[in-house]
Amino acid sequence: MWERIPQLIVYGLVSGSVITLGAVGLSLTYSILRFSNFAHGDLMTSGAYLGLGFLVLFSPLLPGRFGPLSFGPALIPAVLCAMAANAALAIGIDRLVYRHLRRAKAVLLLMASVGVAFVLRNLILFSAEADPLYFSHHIQRALRIGGVRVKADQLFILGVAVLAVLFLHVLLRYTKTGKAMRAMADNPELAQVSGINTERVVAWTWAVGAALAALGGILSGIENKLVTPELGWQTLLPLFAAVILGGIGSPYGAMLGGMTIGLAEEVSTAFISTAYKPAVAFGILVLMLLVRPQGLLGRR
Amino acid sequence: MDVLVGILNYLLFFSITAGVYAVLALGLNVQWGYTGLFNIGVAGFYAVGAYTSALVSGPPPGALDWRVFGGWGLPFPMGFAAAGVVAALVALLIGWITIRLKEDYLAIATIGIAEVLRLIIKNEAWLTNGVWGLKNIPSPWFQPVQSGVTAFLAARPQLPGWLVSLLKGAYSWVYLGLLAAVILALYFLVERALRSPWGRVLRAIREDEVAAAAQGKNVAAFKLQAFVLGSAIMGLAGSLYAHYARYLSVEKFEPLYGTFIVWVMLVAGGAGNNKGAILGAFLIWGLWAGTDFLTGYLPLSDVRASALRVVLIGVLLVGILLVRPRGILGEEKFVSRLFKG
Amino acid sequence: MPLLEAREIHSGYGGMEVLHGVSVTLAAGELVTIIGPNGAGKSTLLKTMFGLLTPTQGTVSLGEEDITGAPPHRIVRHGMCYVPQVDNVFPSLTVEENLQMGAFILRGGIEARLARVYELFPVLKDRRRQRVGKMSGGERQMVAMGRALMLDPQVLLLDEPTAALAPNLVEQVFQSIQAIVGSGVGVLMVEQNARQSLAIADRGYVLVDGRNRREGSGQELLADEEIGRLFLGG
Repeated sequence: MWERIPQLIVYGLVSGSVITLGAVGLSLTYSILRFSNFAHGDLMTSGAYLGLGFLVLFSPLLPGRFGPLSFGPALIPAVLCAMAANAALAIGIDRLVYRHLRRAKAVLLLMASVGVAFVLRNLILFSAEADPLYFSHHIQRALRIGGVRVKADQLFILGVAVLAVLFLHVLLRYTKTGKAMRAMADNPELAQVSGINTERVVAWTWAVGAALAALGGILSGIENKLVTPELGWQTLLPLFAAVILGGIGSPYGAMLGGMTIGLAEEVSTAFISTAYKPAVAFGILVLMLLVRPQGLLGRR
Repeated sequence: MDVLVGILNYLLFFSITAGVYAVLALGLNVQWGYTGLFNIGVAGFYAVGAYTSALVSGPPPGALDWRVFGGWGLPFPMGFAAAGVVAALVALLIGWITIRLKEDYLAIATIGIAEVLRLIIKNEAWLTNGVWGLKNIPSPWFQPVQSGVTAFLAARPQLPGWLVSLLKGAYSWVYLGLLAAVILALYFLVERALRSPWGRVLRAIREDEVAAAAQGKNVAAFKLQAFVLGSAIMGLAGSLYAHYARYLSVEKFEPLYGTFIVWVMLVAGGAGNNKGAILGAFLIWGLWAGTDFLTGYLPLSDVRASALRVVLIGVLLVGILLVRPRGILGEEKFVSRLFKG
Repeated sequence: MPLLEAREIHSGYGGMEVLHGVSVTLAAGELVTIIGPNGAGKSTLLKTMFGLLTPTQGTVSLGEEDITGAPPHRIVRHGMCYVPQVDNVFPSLTVEENLQMGAFILRGGIEARLARVYELFPVLKDRRRQRVGKMSGGERQMVAMGRALMLDPQVLLLDEPTAALAPNLVEQVFQSIQAIVGSGVGVLMVEQNARQSLAIADRGYVLVDGRNRREGSGQELLADEEIGRLFLGG
């Protein structure tokens, strides 16, 4: 039981990386658009499928594999295209649905996002059917580090998640658009009074959130080798748990939350049935709501 | 004639399913329509009611079952009541934790509890028989009705075939009657509650929580009561489903059938309006069944066909929210009636 | 010809009319204060002039331009900025970031403007990396005014800049406002501290029940008996 824990920590950090990428986007859209987007998990799914589609497209042009990794140069343009396409998808949904509800009560946006979630998931189901699609059939040899097996892919995933969080931090802290995002999160009316084009900031917010969601979805596909239309739904509870744990509006908080949830889910399997992984995320969420609803790094 | 009997039996089956949904929609209306509580874990309370009722009133575990618990074979009314009580207890626990927090947290917590309950149903075979499902759940007064019909038919061998097949399905009429009685009783109960001082406080909370609190109302207590009452009604719906379907398995309580459609029904019919909730249930279930019929003509796999139907119904929900957020009937105006009085 | 002119404004919230034909003018570099009892429509007037509310009748013009009903982000480009009474800073942003947000519509070249605001409010320069949420009410008010000055406006609208401030801070804020006017900006402000604001104002308006009641120079109004009785506490 205990001797499995170092290995489970590795798995936890990897799944925590995927959760982090979803959670930072969810937290960003929450703080700027002021509603919990229940379709965010499904944006990860759409991103993963888009990534897979572009990978199939680019693979014949850019064959081969990077050393010990399970993928090759084709992944790079595939990821970039999927991120861009997913961003366009999110902006499109905003134009079609959420934009008309900007002045409505937040619960209506919440409900609309539930509707969008079902539509998105079933559009994916309609186009790709229910069976899993495979990112790779390549069987990777794991490196052994002090009795713990680590695959090169897993190190890559962790690295990408850390870089993405750093990128988001820099964006929010040092760019004009990022500062405007924070300004809108603080006080949307004043942002408007200051002459900030709030609709453009909203579009950027969706773009960044959806691009990171796509990245998370693709990384999950790389780790698990496959993707199903249920990916987003299965990730939704961990996403919210991570955001609430870390405190809304802080990328580092979302990362702290994401890693904690990932680790807790994996390490729990040493003690309880794997089937209850989502329940572990939920348990932490409930505990957090009871003890410190503003989150670990949240202010107020 | 046989075709007509077939259509009639289909309508019967349709009405019973829609009726169960009407009960769910009434429960959700108490939470969302009256009080503005956002419960997207309807399926969880529905499932709790169904399994509770089946364990209380169902048969003991069979030889091939994994289940070792429940099946006390108590009369249906006891299972029915237990379904409401246990669903209410689960709601009490969840509500106690989240009702004071922002509405988003309640929504997330209800998704979570529905998911955890689904995992429990799937994995705790000692209690729920897991993925093998609960079988042979008795329908109330099935035996007396059925043996009465059999005796009647045996005494009259010369009856035409269509009448025989119609009479053989007589039990469903009885169940529909039972269901209609429950819906009526619940309708009058929640209507009365809505028009009582209690219901007025709930609407005040929905419109402006701060103002209601400023008037000295214990907002959290009222919200919790509405949440528990609504969830108890969802539990009752579960019991009504279990004793008609006679078989329970976890797929029946997935978010699509257990939660999402119920939301579309309530929003379409008109949140805050109990007639709207019932109307919405029949209308949307009719639409759902109709799309099943239509997609049958398209050259699509089952998965694709059902995905297409969900897309349509999801677009319908979003469309209603954008174009007519009050739904078909909208909320009844009590004030105007008072002033006209 | 005045720089800013509101003529016969009727405006309000929803179906309820608050202003029933109010007119005010402001010349370049002038300090004008609007006083009146609570509910007289002072803030409504500023919001209507800044395009946050649309008047049902009447016009607002700024220079040559008719800006009646124009949205705030367009009015800002015409050289008029506005400081709301409450929630007028971005609390989780630093002082400098708040000021940068004021100049959001400009592409680069804001260093000179930052320097000018820091010259007006030297306190802010020392604290430019501090989060505004942690600052005192008076300092926040300076940040708010600084933010509005970043576009180098001809006109600044201030909604009760001294509300909820301690007396010593009120003095400080009024000094800042005088400095702003001294730099050539026309300021139209709504004030509760009637006596102090009239003392520094070039002109004043008295608004009662959504209508102009009196107008005159600051000194005239201060000396007026009726106004003294109504608003100046004796």
